[in-house]
Amino acid sequence: MKILSIGLNTFRENLRDKLLYNLLVFALLMIGSSVLLSRLTLGEFHRLILDVGLGSINFFGVLIAIFVGIGLVSKEIEKKTIYTIVSKPVARYQFLLGKYVGLTITLFVNTVVMALGLLVVLYAQAVPVEGMLFKALALIFVEFMVITAVALLFSTFTSATLSAIFTLAMYVIGHLTADLKTFGAKMDDLSRGILDGIYYLLPNLERFNLKGHVVHHLEVSGADLMLIVAYGATYTAVLLFTASLIFHRRDFR
Amino acid sequence: MTPNSDLVVQTEQLSKVFRVGFWGKRVTAVEGLNLEVRCGEVFGFLGPNGAGKTTTLKILMGLIYPTSGTARLFNLDMGDPRAKSRLGFLPESPYFYDSLTSREFLGFYGHLFGLWGAVLDKRIDELLELVGMTHAKDLQLRKFSKGMLQRVGVAQALINDPELVVLDEPMSGLDPIGRKEVRDLILRLKESGKTVLFSSHILHDAEVLCDRVAMILKGRLVACGRVTDLLDQGANHQVELIVDRLTPEGLDHLRPLTDKVVMQGDRMLVVLKSQQQVGGALEIIRAAKASLVSLTPQKGSLEDLFIREVEEHRSPSENRT
Repeated sequence: MKILSIGLNTFRENLRDKLLYNLLVFALLMIGSSVLLSRLTLGEFHRLILDVGLGSINFFGVLIAIFVGIGLVSKEIEKKTIYTIVSKPVARYQFLLGKYVGLTITLFVNTVVMALGLLVVLYAQAVPVEGMLFKALALIFVEFMVITAVALLFSTFTSATLSAIFTLAMYVIGHLTADLKTFGAKMDDLSRGILDGIYYLLPNLERFNLKGHVVHHLEVSGADLMLIVAYGATYTAVLLFTASLIFHRRDFR
Repeated sequence: MTPNSDLVVQTEQLSKVFRVGFWGKRVTAVEGLNLEVRCGEVFGFLGPNGAGKTTTLKILMGLIYPTSGTARLFNLDMGDPRAKSRLGFLPESPYFYDSLTSREFLGFYGHLFGLWGAVLDKRIDELLELVGMTHAKDLQLRKFSKGMLQRVGVAQALINDPELVVLDEPMSGLDPIGRKEVRDLILRLKESGKTVLFSSHILHDAEVLCDRVAMILKGRLVACGRVTDLLDQGANHQVELIVDRLTPEGLDHLRPLTDKVVMQGDRMLVVLKSQQQVGGALEIIRAAKASLVSLTPQKGSLEDLFIREVEEHRSPSENRT
């Protein structure tokens, strides 16, 4: 109940954050602009609208997850708000999970708003909407949950700025981890072992990317989808558990 | 540590060492602190800036962990949720969720104690009334003055009707009216049977409010006890005289008995070293045919005691400069 109270309060705080609306407006503009971009291409405009639309939702959602996410904990420590909460009968992990729940609700609402924007554009341009689109959107949301947990983990032990840089780096690396595996295949045993280790340690965010499937009308099986969601959930749980451990031992100076 | 139901706060050999900078240089913030706060008293925790007051309070509130020693609240280990549910805390100049209204803000803290619905609404109304903020209940916190924030901050600390209220520098940054309001509030809390522990470097407030005080310097306790006892023990019972038209010869006679002489035209202010000097001084004044305007025994203040302690605990290197 305490986690939910902190979560709802965080959601309410987020809703009154101007940064959130700025990012949301830009995201909707980007989605809308895909119509203009599609005019520049020949015959491929359905694909372009879907590609740019989903890409925008992903990119701006990640920006929201990072820039609102890093402020969740570090801002509370810097401004001493956390003092009034941790001195109440609230365990530190409850505070942390509450913050996570709050941002997840915010991101869910944002994803829905951006998805509605995309659907309006698709409807206006008479692009057929397939079930795959919703699966892709669901996985984009799972990716947001992982990124938010990464941002939260970093913000439990470092400043807001460093958390933002680290999380952004994790996002970029997370989409390129497949290259590590390919690269490792060409190396000797030891190097390959090290690269494989890094590959399994870092989040493989490309797994959540179904843009290609949507654009090229490819299917993904229900079992595969469940496996990807389970991977995201497990990764998030491990990140949150680690964050809680660090947060528990931390001095609020 | 022996359990004592009368003790609300108890620390034993409490120490905190921070590691700062790239090389992890050790900085001792609190060292071997033994502190006891009894049920129902107003306890002032005094010291200059950087003495270790906030660090000690943070340890008690479970915000930082001690390096060694123990701290207990209500005879429970610090951090115990049962202890936390019986206390209220207001940090020094905190930031609150400024997009919330007072009502939403207090509602959020109420939820953390499991208060909901009509019970919570009633509690919020009572608290806003207590801190004189009923008129601003639907105003966002970002529109508040510092004094208003402090008052709503106190309300937040009282949401669970705590037995112990801990306030970190509650008067700092407030104007005289704001300070008076906080003082009145502390007295009202005491009247309602609560134990109040507050830190301050404004000694006058502590002198007026506290049953007992502790003075801390460089992380160490230098004085602790009832305010009156500390003042008696610390005061050197100086006497201040105001004398008119004392001749230079008379002044020469008087000087060995004085600590300080300030001339203001014909009038002079003379501070005698102690009460024992009064008889001699009066004879000199009478013999010099000067007139005595006033004679005031000086009461020691916490400030005098404080300054004396700071001087005594200054390191030799600081004394040289």
